[in-house]
Amino acid sequence: MALNNIYNEILMEHNAHPDHKHKLSTASDCKTAINPHCGDEVLVKKGINPTCGDEIILELNVEDGVIKDAAFNGQGCAISQASTDIMVDLIIGKKIDEAIELTDLFIKMVRGEEKNETKLEELDEAMALKDVSHMPARVKCAVLAWHTLNEMLKEKESQK
Amino acid sequence: MNQYKNFFPIMRRYKDLAYLDNAATTQKPDMVIDAVDNYYKQENANPLRGLYALSQKATEAYENAREKIANFIGAAKHQEIIYTRNASESLNLVAYSLSDLLLKENDEVLISIMEHHSNMIPWQQAVKRHHAKLVYLYPDKNGLITTDELKNKLSPKTKILSLTQLSNVLGAKQNLKELIKIAHANKTVVSIDGAQAIPHSKIDVQALDCDFYSFSGHKIYAPMGIGVLYGKEKYLNEMPPFLTGGEMIDYVDEQTATFAELPYKFEAGTQNVGGAVGLSAAIDFMNSIGYDTIIKRETELGRFAGEELSKLPYVTIYGDKDFSHHHGVIAFNIEGIHPHDVASLMDSGDVAIRGGHHCAQPLMRYLKCNFCCRASMAFYNDEEDIIKLVNRTKYIRSYFNGAK
Repeated sequence: MALNNIYNEILMEHNAHPDHKHKLSTASDCKTAINPHCGDEVLVKKGINPTCGDEIILELNVEDGVIKDAAFNGQGCAISQASTDIMVDLIIGKKIDEAIELTDLFIKMVRGEEKNETKLEELDEAMALKDVSHMPARVKCAVLAWHTLNEMLKEKESQK
Repeated sequence: MNQYKNFFPIMRRYKDLAYLDNAATTQKPDMVIDAVDNYYKQENANPLRGLYALSQKATEAYENAREKIANFIGAAKHQEIIYTRNASESLNLVAYSLSDLLLKENDEVLISIMEHHSNMIPWQQAVKRHHAKLVYLYPDKNGLITTDELKNKLSPKTKILSLTQLSNVLGAKQNLKELIKIAHANKTVVSIDGAQAIPHSKIDVQALDCDFYSFSGHKIYAPMGIGVLYGKEKYLNEMPPFLTGGEMIDYVDEQTATFAELPYKFEAGTQNVGGAVGLSAAIDFMNSIGYDTIIKRETELGRFAGEELSKLPYVTIYGDKDFSHHHGVIAFNIEGIHPHDVASLMDSGDVAIRGGHHCAQPLMRYLKCNFCCRASMAFYNDEEDIIKLVNRTKYIRSYFNGAK
């Protein structure tokens, strides 16, 4: 496989200059925290990739069932970092159930289970990671953030 | 293609591949593949119990291989050679059965921070079962455990020392003889993880005087799924069995059983005879090349790789600065680029290396790098493979820098 299919401009740009790599709260890895600037409640979850030990910390500010703001921290490879940044971009402003659907769709895409291009367009820039499906060793890198978000939102839903 | 690669079907199949992940597993020569093939075509039956000619052939193949392994590592008796699936199983056997024999509450087991998870997790579990304590040795900057460090950590409570002979990340080989002597003077039983050492150095377990020695076949050109545990008879006899079931018993009634003699006490169920035959052929193969040649080529390749990579200012190499001490294992990072990206980009240039924590997460944290790339060489590699590795490193760096 040609490498520039995956290490493409979109991915390299999000890796080198992530828009959402910052903190919303002072928390490290607890489940909820407070944003010290505005006092909003922030959901916090850590995701770990056991093959490399990479971790990301995802923070969400959810109000009335809508993701008002989101950010991430941590370290990882270009694929996981870019994938996380692209995801955060995509889900800000989305309703919880919409975001869950998007994470499911993304995970299906990189596992090669969903190939319908029209359907995949819902993922917008995240489509740039489609070819990870040809790199089985890297699927875990790409889905780390999406999987973490999925769990986080499902936990939030179950608390209702 | 160099003359050594020519022995390996995979090398003939992938002529452009620089295979530099030999610390994970080596490729298999024709000689080994043919021996396994021949066993299944000519000699296969269930060994040890059969009362017919073919089963006796299988038994002979199985026991001849054991004899060869005993000679290969200098064991006094073939009963001291136990077949396992791999070094991990050998180490689990020791951690399980030896700890049952020796460990009491508050006792200590000593291991190093350089252990592969397979010589760490079994001991974490063992000390938990016996309410004992796991104590760590830390290496100097070259990856060596000093005699002072060992003396400081030994106490009357230290019942077991389990140590890797050669780190799968740093490539440093311990001065075992000296360390074992000190441990024995403290009445500490010594188990050695030899998985990474035996591909690169002639082993004599009696000269080392270690009490246990574990290794895998697949890292020395044998098939996967066959491993060895050497143990001194006096300990193996006293230790309780590890896995139980068929073939490892003498007499069984409804509530109790007596166990078979060594080595069968530790070999429950039908064994991997094809694997044992493959390992025997791999030993013949290594002897035909000769450890002198193997060591010379791997030392030289390790030195060349280390020196060429260290010329690049954005590359960090871990361990001894004298790369001829690395036994062909070079762990490194390219500044600002994650090892998984490096390994993927190496792969697209036909260079196979490993990237990640190398089953040594505590060591990674100790080295403050969390993860790294590792190129590991076998004697069949050559300068051309290393030049490919170095050129690809330069390419990856420029590819990533272009995005900044």
